Amino acid sequence: MAARTASRLGRWVVSGPPLLYLIVFFAIPSLIMVLASFRTPGDFGGLAPLIEEGKLDLNLDSYARFFSESVYAQIFLKSFWYALATTLFCLLLAYPLASLIARSSKRYRDLLLLLVILPFWSNFLIRVYAWMIILGPNAALARTVNGVLAWFGHEPVPLLFSAFAVLVCLVYVHLPFMVLPLYANLEKHDQALLDAAQDLGANAWKRFWRITFPLSLPGVYAGAALVFIPAFGIFAIPDILGGPDNSLIGNVIKQQFLETRDWPFGSVLSIVLTVTALVLAGLAAWVARRNLGTPSSAKESRA
Amino acid sequence: MALLEIQNVTRRFGDFTAVDNVSIDIEAGEFFTLLGPSGCGKTTLLRMIAGFDLPDGGSILLKGEDLVDRPPERRPMRMVFQSYALFPHMTVESNVAFPLQMAKVPAADIPAKVEAALEDVRLTGFGKRYPHELSGGQRQRVAIGRALVTHPSVLLLDEPLAALDAKLREEMQIELINLQKEVGITFVYVTHDQTEALALSHRIAVMNKGRVEQLDEPSKIYGFPKTRFVADFIGHINLLSGSVSERRDSVVTIAVDGLGPVRVTTASQLPVGRPGTIALRPEKIRIEATAPADSPDNHYRGTVSELLYMGDVTVYKVATPGGTRIEALLANSQSGRAKFFEVGDAVEMSWAVDAGHFIEE
Repeated sequence: MAARTASRLGRWVVSGPPLLYLIVFFAIPSLIMVLASFRTPGDFGGLAPLIEEGKLDLNLDSYARFFSESVYAQIFLKSFWYALATTLFCLLLAYPLASLIARSSKRYRDLLLLLVILPFWSNFLIRVYAWMIILGPNAALARTVNGVLAWFGHEPVPLLFSAFAVLVCLVYVHLPFMVLPLYANLEKHDQALLDAAQDLGANAWKRFWRITFPLSLPGVYAGAALVFIPAFGIFAIPDILGGPDNSLIGNVIKQQFLETRDWPFGSVLSIVLTVTALVLAGLAAWVARRNLGTPSSAKESRA
Repeated sequence: MALLEIQNVTRRFGDFTAVDNVSIDIEAGEFFTLLGPSGCGKTTLLRMIAGFDLPDGGSILLKGEDLVDRPPERRPMRMVFQSYALFPHMTVESNVAFPLQMAKVPAADIPAKVEAALEDVRLTGFGKRYPHELSGGQRQRVAIGRALVTHPSVLLLDEPLAALDAKLREEMQIELINLQKEVGITFVYVTHDQTEALALSHRIAVMNKGRVEQLDEPSKIYGFPKTRFVADFIGHINLLSGSVSERRDSVVTIAVDGLGPVRVTTASQLPVGRPGTIALRPEKIRIEATAPADSPDNHYRGTVSELLYMGDVTVYKVATPGGTRIEALLANSQSGRAKFFEVGDAVEMSWAVDAGHFIEE
């Protein structure tokens, strides 16, 4: 009896602190945000009192505003396309890189992986600012590009403060999150399967398309989720590198809280963003399961 | 002309010669086995036939055509891998259909061919399952069905039964023999298991250190090993070494250390004084409690030093006064007794002049 009590106590000691952390810093703030989305903005920012003249002031005004003003849906859609493009470019760049690392000899593998995560050693904002310099009008890149354009009689184009700058940096920042899950998957692939496919008449393209790629889908979905979800809500990169037309939903949310100081509407946008991301992630998981047959066969292909 | 000709094939990895000047002709419809211990070069040779590896010297010809420029996907041969290498994300049907799709067989013809292949390997009704839903033996059969569905001219099998348990392995051996007879496709089979090789093959090439030590029918390999290595590798055997002390007609006498003169029939013309070995199977030795009534060609005394009771047979290790230990095997077939002798019993061993097999080394 005492032993059982002790083990139960042990379980709480181990799982208690992280649980407490999540409740205090995630669950409660989320609830506050949900509550705020139903309240009225204060006259000078923040929130109006919850109870006014003895009446509970909760309303759907901010939700009504979101659904009546199409500009917000458009920004959501624009953010979706940016996140989707980021995910696709990351996939296109990360796949060859991950398979190269997975196929390289054990000696170089750790070094190559280290190089992939090396950018994490410097601050995220510093890396974003670095792109300001790389893409700046007086940097070698812009000069070369505009020099080539001048050859063809084209007007010079600014690289910085553009959709291009935002997308390049989004891809750059998220690339490791695509490489790592893909590598983890590709590294476990059984060479015998590719030998068998070749023996059965498959050329290099067919071997990739029929064997390697389908078996790597769990890695692709994991990487896509890790890239798409943060890219969807990002605000720092469009803030720093984007022009006035390149604001994404993250920027609008930040604006609502810090500049317009309309907390209820900012909360509504945050909730819509979170729910959209969750729905998309759930959809991706569902598609992944369907494509890989039964869940247990997906498990085996991952093993 | 043989279907598959392996001519002076050599393959080196650095200083190590994995396959050393091997020449083998394999006939159409043959069940041919490459047998040898691990590292003998049998798998390297098989991979070169399949095209996964290329010889450093020599050539491999199929129906007279040199295969050197053909990658594996363009060789009319199929390989059955030791791990089966079934595609885990495809059903049994899709696995079997895969080589048909690669060969651009019209989609309308595929289901019937898949069905026929599954019937050949007795897996009708399993088409919709995934590989992980099958037992080891069933996976093995899918791998064979997948390899046979395009009717290749040669089927290459790399230790296909190694992962199965003993009872299932025996069943699969019988199935393989029947299947090979049925489809009439040439099988090239790689194994390190000598009983499997003896049971399955029309001919066996015993390999050691990259070379073919002997290429023969199973009964010849077992009964008339050409080298000490073959004799020792195939089954249990007593190797009695000494030098030729006398030769009369076709009978040679070898002075065996620790045993005495042993006579054996041979066609060998090895002169007196040269070293030779007699290979003698345990089951060819008679052991009795009293001296044999007839006067056998070879007769020695000894004491049972160890015995292994195996149920159907008992293996006796008999020590001679000279210190030689000879292994003899007696079937426990007589009713009413479990075994004939106990450890410590004095026994009389004898065998005929033609029981052993003379090897010139």
